[in-house]
Amino acid sequence: MLVIEGLTRRFGTKAAVDDVSLEIPAGSFVGVIGRSGAGKSTLLRLINRLNDPTAGRIRFGDRDVTALGGAALRAWRADCAMIFQQFNLVGRLDVLTNVLLGRLNKVSTGTSVLRLWSADDRAIALSALDSFDMGSFAHQRAESLSGGQQQRVAIARALVQEPKILLADEPIASLDPRNTKLVMDALQRINKEFGITVLCNLHSLDLARAYCDRLVGMAAGKVVFDGRGFDLTDDVARRLYGLEAGDVVDETVPTAPVAAREKAFA
Amino acid sequence: MRADTLPRLDPTVRDRLERGYLYATAARRRRMLVGFGLLVVSILLAGWIAEVQPAKFFANFGSFTKYIHDILPVLHLDAADTGIAEWYWGWKRWLRLLGETLLIAYVGTLVGALGAFLLSFLAAGNLVRSPGLRFAARRFLEFCRTVPEIVFALIFVVAFGLGPVPGVLAIAIHTMGALGKLFSEVVENIDMKPVEGLVSTGAGFVETVRFAVLPQVMTNYASYMLLRFEVNVRGAAIMGYVGAGGIGQDLLEAIRKFYYTDVSAILLMIIITVVAIDMLTETLRHRVLGAEGAR
Repeated sequence: MLVIEGLTRRFGTKAAVDDVSLEIPAGSFVGVIGRSGAGKSTLLRLINRLNDPTAGRIRFGDRDVTALGGAALRAWRADCAMIFQQFNLVGRLDVLTNVLLGRLNKVSTGTSVLRLWSADDRAIALSALDSFDMGSFAHQRAESLSGGQQQRVAIARALVQEPKILLADEPIASLDPRNTKLVMDALQRINKEFGITVLCNLHSLDLARAYCDRLVGMAAGKVVFDGRGFDLTDDVARRLYGLEAGDVVDETVPTAPVAAREKAFA
Repeated sequence: MRADTLPRLDPTVRDRLERGYLYATAARRRRMLVGFGLLVVSILLAGWIAEVQPAKFFANFGSFTKYIHDILPVLHLDAADTGIAEWYWGWKRWLRLLGETLLIAYVGTLVGALGAFLLSFLAAGNLVRSPGLRFAARRFLEFCRTVPEIVFALIFVVAFGLGPVPGVLAIAIHTMGALGKLFSEVVENIDMKPVEGLVSTGAGFVETVRFAVLPQVMTNYASYMLLRFEVNVRGAAIMGYVGAGGIGQDLLEAIRKFYYTDVSAILLMIIITVVAIDMLTETLRHRVLGAEGAR
């Protein structure tokens, strides 16, 4: 279980994340929703420790994540894999190498720097790639792939980290509707098949309701909603999204293209 | 369309706008004139204080051209072969020394680039969080490139004796400073997203540099290294002035002892070599950068 207590992160005088407390049980699929600048990204980055908190604590089991440093911190990062809106692959390396980079924390620096990956690591990486239908792209340079394909490579990289948590920072914000579904399905599989806790930032309420068993709404760095999808009333949505609420929870046209709605809040 | 069909402003409005425009541009022009005047004055002042006398240049221009004329060999068309053989009487020795010069530049560039490579990552603001480490790396590189090669060479000749070793060391140290700065600036311009992606997987500093930074900087590093090799060939040519190996010693000797035709013979050899190296490395550099662009 991931426990967040009074987590705060200030940039200058502005608090991006402001006194957030959450408990995330193992195996859950939690969607973090809210408009741009609400602090969703910062929250995930704090959990992975890409940013250090100004105040508050993060605990995972008996580990005090906020106090970690050095090798213990790197081990924690391996345990909580992260995927990004812009995929953050190394564009000039091939796809298989990109996935193998997820194993770095488990191999010695000497062998990895010379790219002497073990047969077992290669097998793991190839299998992960293939499970997201990307096996045949293994030799291609990552930057030559489409956005949806790159995100699936990034998910494969996350999976071979053998993580306990997967943090997804707006994983579908730069994808078309078909790739959006592919990527969200991949995340769902990771959650259901491997029992990995997923924490996913989303713009789209429809997607959040469809995929997540719990929603956390953030506004101005604070948690303003915590509950199940159907608990999310128009009133709460308005608080989350301000004037755009009407567009966000327009239940009368559920078939409207997802991407068009996404753009409105990008 | 004829000009008289274009719309014209009412004269009073136009006059007001025109006056405003002229006023604004006149102020700008005045500032530029004042700035230019200050520049001229400061150049003259600097020349006067440093006792740079242009008159001396014009008065002695004749002896400069005379020197050029004196060092040129007298070649007769009917006996050009013996004339050239006489001119290049020492070609075997000079060629060997020129080869030594190239090797000094080559080894010095390689060793210096290796040091620059290692230090560039520590000096890059986007990779190193510790300001102390970054400060130390940057000041060290600064020191290495601020002291001229020839000064390092002088010191090393005293320490290690005559020969190419002090030359190589001097060039390596200066190269490390110069390339280290260029390299670290390349690193500071990379796309940080892959770096973040790698850090988030739990990769360490060395691994992050190896897999997220290196693929982005290698071609630029290679290009800068070749450029530096060009510079170092010129630098190595004068290492011999202080006894640090290469062709420089014979050139200096020829000048000091008024072996006129030897000066031109050696100078010509150096010029041809430097031009050849420049052309070669330029082709290589374009190939390296071109391969990158074609991807």
